[in-house]
Amino acid sequence: MEFFLQLLVNGVCVGLLYGISAMGFVMIFKSSSVLNFAHGELLALGAFFFLALITWAKLPIIVAFLLTLVGSFVLGFLIEKFFLRPLIGEKLIFVIMLTVGLAAMFKGLILLIWGGNLRTYPNFLPETLALKLGTIYIAPVYSATLVISVLFLVLFGLFFKKSAQGIYMRSVADNQMAALSLGVHVRRVFALSWAIAAMVAAMSGIVLGIINGVNVHDLSSIGLKVFPVVILGGLDSIGGAIIGGIIIGLLETFTGGYLSPSLTDVVPYIVLVFILLVKPYGLFGLVEIERV
Amino acid sequence: MRRFSFHPCGNYRENYKQELSIFETDYGRLCVIFFLIILFFVAPFVVSPYMLYILNTIGIAAIAAIGLNILIGFTGQISLGHGAFFGVGAYAAAILATRLGLGFYLAIPAAGIITALVGMIFGIPSGRLKGLYLTIATLAGQFIIEYVLIHWDSLTKGTMGITIPAPNVFHWEIAGDKSFFFLIFLSLVLMTWFAVNIMRSKYGRAFIAIRDNDRAAEGMGIPIFKYKLLSFGISSFYAGFAGALWAYYMVSITTEPFNLGLSVEYIAMVIIGGMGNIPGAIFGATFITLLNELLRYVTGLLMNVGFVTSSGLNMAPLREFVFGLAIVLFILLEPRGIAELWRIFRSSFRLWPFSY
Repeated sequence: MEFFLQLLVNGVCVGLLYGISAMGFVMIFKSSSVLNFAHGELLALGAFFFLALITWAKLPIIVAFLLTLVGSFVLGFLIEKFFLRPLIGEKLIFVIMLTVGLAAMFKGLILLIWGGNLRTYPNFLPETLALKLGTIYIAPVYSATLVISVLFLVLFGLFFKKSAQGIYMRSVADNQMAALSLGVHVRRVFALSWAIAAMVAAMSGIVLGIINGVNVHDLSSIGLKVFPVVILGGLDSIGGAIIGGIIIGLLETFTGGYLSPSLTDVVPYIVLVFILLVKPYGLFGLVEIERV
Repeated sequence: MRRFSFHPCGNYRENYKQELSIFETDYGRLCVIFFLIILFFVAPFVVSPYMLYILNTIGIAAIAAIGLNILIGFTGQISLGHGAFFGVGAYAAAILATRLGLGFYLAIPAAGIITALVGMIFGIPSGRLKGLYLTIATLAGQFIIEYVLIHWDSLTKGTMGITIPAPNVFHWEIAGDKSFFFLIFLSLVLMTWFAVNIMRSKYGRAFIAIRDNDRAAEGMGIPIFKYKLLSFGISSFYAGFAGALWAYYMVSITTEPFNLGLSVEYIAMVIIGGMGNIPGAIFGATFITLLNELLRYVTGLLMNVGFVTSSGLNMAPLREFVFGLAIVLFILLEPRGIAELWRIFRSSFRLWPFSY
């Protein structure tokens, strides 16, 4: 029973991580219908930038964190400006392949600069954040993750429901042509959503880095694990991303705990195929109705 | 006797038969025949063994790329699992050859058919899904197949790998680069011929209709699901065939090469070569294989340059970077790929020397 509870808690913690890693991905998809295969590399770029700031430049944590957020905001903006804007209106596969190409470029770049070894951040989270429920221990990082993910969930929910920019983004996602003709500044919407997504990605990259250490290969494979998560939750639902993340996290830890550890990496994808067969638009995704 | 046509200065087609012709001009036909003669009767006897190895790699990659082009370029379904299907073909051939003792002339097509069946299983989601969702389903296929290849020890011997006996015809053993050259390029010519002709048939036209507008295609009475599945099957058959050839050529295979990176490489071949263009797939395969070899050479060279060695910089990731850059640049600058560049180049000769 105790084992079960610990697995449950671990699963939820890992799942929340997946959830917030997926948020930036959903952000881009929601506004521009682009599947971003470079998401894992965006996570890694944020994490490594933060690492460089605190270990080489020796900046205080808060300053480094804010600088990373600003830096990745600008990076997302530049990626959109130089790589994705020329492709507006082009076929889907070109856009997808472009992000695949970008992923290879970023990965090569990171490996060139920082190498493929595992790096760790200095420990800076206060131990007071740790939670102890009876025999179950929740590390400070995970409780911080919980706070951050709830915060972002609320922030994004409000952003998309209430703010003008958020509503523009949803309109662009729904129908680019119609949004254009109603006077929505589509280019600005795209730029903004890439910038915000890169920022969120950097933040989740840092959180992941605190827990597992910073390594390009791990972070980019998490970028791919985002796919089962968002498909389960529905590609365009931010709340769904969190819930999908938790479900995938639970599945992984339970198969790891009860069946076989080698299965953990493939279970999300097996689930993915079944979801696609049974409920293609996920649990909370918008169902597109198409009549012939 | 009909007149040979060389350079028409416009579109003079009058009926569907002319529209379906493979070669626009007799000049093109002669060029291809000339090229094939050079390829089979001159190339293998003059080039160095290393060049022969590169040519063989190109030939195998081209077969797989043609298959992927049928799926992506002609049917409009994006697959991220082509590398895994290639692996399925390689393993199927290896297992058929070692366990059942089949000759290579049976094992290679059988491997292709097995892979086609596996590919169709992962194509089933295409019945309900389109575009993005399907891409993700094939991504899942990639990971699941990779897992099965590594962990189904009793069949695939896991990470140990399988060693395949050399193929032989009438006691004449096919071994070494030169004899494989003929096997690979004969297959390539045959597979290209098949692909070109399937695109001129009812099936090819149905694929193109689905790509251009699936709703309209369904409205015109094309059973979409059946044709999508068929397209998946054909494309996986090509992947499996190429994989089987590769397994024989490499002699011993492990699970390592069949990862997502390989799938991405094949998509890059299709895009860089030119989507919806059969020769384009061959151009793409040539470009990517040569780029890979060149990058390997350059990074190897850079490793020995003084300041790089002293600074301890690892130059291997440069390969990944340049590879990504090539994809990005092609998509941004010439999304229709090398085939389009080749067409522009040819048509500039069309009215030579009186072009305007």
